[in-house]
Amino acid sequence: MNLHEYQAKALFADFGIPVPSGLTATSPDGAAAAAEELGGDLWVVKAQVHAGGRGKAGGVKLARSAAEVREHAAAMLGTRLVTKQSGSAGLPVDTVYVEQGSAIDRELYLSMLVDRGREQVVVMASVAGGMDIEEVAASTPEKILTVGLHPAAGLQSFQARQLGFGLGLDKSQRRELTDILNRLVRLFHECDASLVEINPLIVTADGRVVALDAKINVEDNALFRRAALEALRDPAQEDPMEREAREHDLNYVSLDGNIACMVNGAGLAMATMDLIKLHGGEPANFLDVGGGATAERVTEAFKIILANPKVRAILVNIFGGIVRCDLIAEGIVAAVQDVGVTVPVVVRLEGTKVTEGRRLLDASGLAITAASDLTDAATKAVAMAAGAAS
Amino acid sequence: MSILVNSASKVICQGLTGRQGSFHSEQCLEYGTKLVAGVTPGRGGEEHLGLPVFDTVVDAVRQTGATVSMIYVPAAYAADAIMEAADGGIELIVCITEGIPVLDMVRVKAVLDDHGCRLIGPNCPGIITPGECKIGIMPGFIHQPGRVGIISRSGTLTYEAVFQTTNHGLGQTTCVGIGGDPVRGMDFIDCLALFQADDATEGIILVGEIGGSDEEAAAAYIQEHVTKPVVAYIAGVTAPPGKRMGHAGAIISGGKGTAAEKYAALDAAGVVTVRSPAELGSAMAKALG
Repeated sequence: MNLHEYQAKALFADFGIPVPSGLTATSPDGAAAAAEELGGDLWVVKAQVHAGGRGKAGGVKLARSAAEVREHAAAMLGTRLVTKQSGSAGLPVDTVYVEQGSAIDRELYLSMLVDRGREQVVVMASVAGGMDIEEVAASTPEKILTVGLHPAAGLQSFQARQLGFGLGLDKSQRRELTDILNRLVRLFHECDASLVEINPLIVTADGRVVALDAKINVEDNALFRRAALEALRDPAQEDPMEREAREHDLNYVSLDGNIACMVNGAGLAMATMDLIKLHGGEPANFLDVGGGATAERVTEAFKIILANPKVRAILVNIFGGIVRCDLIAEGIVAAVQDVGVTVPVVVRLEGTKVTEGRRLLDASGLAITAASDLTDAATKAVAMAAGAAS
Repeated sequence: MSILVNSASKVICQGLTGRQGSFHSEQCLEYGTKLVAGVTPGRGGEEHLGLPVFDTVVDAVRQTGATVSMIYVPAAYAADAIMEAADGGIELIVCITEGIPVLDMVRVKAVLDDHGCRLIGPNCPGIITPGECKIGIMPGFIHQPGRVGIISRSGTLTYEAVFQTTNHGLGQTTCVGIGGDPVRGMDFIDCLALFQADDATEGIILVGEIGGSDEEAAAAYIQEHVTKPVVAYIAGVTAPPGKRMGHAGAIISGGKGTAAEKYAALDAAGVVTVRSPAELGSAMAKALG
């Protein structure tokens, strides 16, 4: 789960990590008032969306007067910001964050994440801050410093020194960095973060180290013990169908094609998408109904995939292991009747009680096409989607 | 022959009295698995599914001599359960539980380093040696004792590989679902080494998916150490990039993680790769002649 920058910065402040003073606003007047309350003569107005690349997309603007702050906020609020990471539809700007401007001497990069290869939390830092870090990694990998944290020992002073010297910080800045790193490690664990990124971490004109940006991803698996963070969820930033699916314990990801898939198991769901592509079609979604698929979940799944107007055919691929195919077939029949499916449905059933399951589908009298195996299912779905589309 | 488990393996179940634990333990017992006890804190002394229940793993191991544990404990308590199994002297821990926080698994892996035990999972279907021992949630009836070793990161996709090798009359020596979590126990290489050393295993099917670089590492290992035919499929050619992994995560893996790169590495290592999961069985039948 992603947090907004203003939420991440509030957490930074709670943990004692230096951030510029800032206030949120949801109206242009509110933004101007925030600027006046903050004081000073330079402000930054930042669109609050769950995507990076805001600066280049016009979502971060400098202002030298409260009137200018109001103008920028008015231009952002109520629009959708399209960035490199947001998808073509963009994300709604419901809130802006007004911050006191900082006098920047240097821009650095700092992040902390779980490295699956090392099976450790690692800290990455770079002198190339404020840039697209993927590009830095690709073109000048030597500019990225990495230290791994032993799960029992945690961050050691020598590691903080490695990073501090590597970033070319002076003595007092190295002390500040060490302090920031220690606080960041605590935040990372206490928030069950999967990623904390500060880009840029700045050295101010008067030599202080400050987090100018803040990005926190909270690991979904840990939300059960992080209720306070779950409460920070902003549904407006999420894909409505993905959100609906999550509420029904379905794993759904929207894609651009026109053949909807409903599959049990994440690996098989990905493989089904691959098969559609291999046979000349385009998948409309990834949908894993889970190992314990029930008739209710199948019905909900049909509702969700049919909410996508692009869908021209549905491919149901169930390998009944513990789940019985006859029960799944009943679920499919009920769902097709219930939901009023108007596009062709191809069903491939395999596993426990498959004969009974197939018989139920045949006997239903519904426009359900049975497929004999994986390849047959994919070819039929692709052909039917093409037929329906023309 | 087989790897890791056989008809002599004595197994306990942590979380036996829970809904999942009960349901799947019953299936394992029906399959013939030598399941000898359960562990549920506070339920010690009771009997469940005809098996004795103990409060702690140490007690269960002392009383039964079990060397394998199958874990169905809920995600919030599963890391603790794995560490308890390791501390109790269990040699092979099979953790089925899905949704364990990754930072818990980071701690678990550091603790397991101090013990000589193996971990399969978490978030996996388990391990099965057909006709002998089923530890996990896979449907037993699709398996058949035979010649192929199967290693997979995905549950239902493992079933596809099993089903196809059964239909081609090849059967399986052992099937290991290593699980889909980023930080987990045994990896492809651990299993490849065991299958290479197992006389009964004539060919190996490897089912991978996008993310991480385990398949690339497996390819390098196969090139050096595996003489048996290997057939591989990678799921997720069409998966949108960056949907699950955080931004900086892609940097660490050095641009690795896409299906195309994994296929390229496996092809270069002489592995028979298939672009369709429906061809796993036929490709293996062809490779074995």
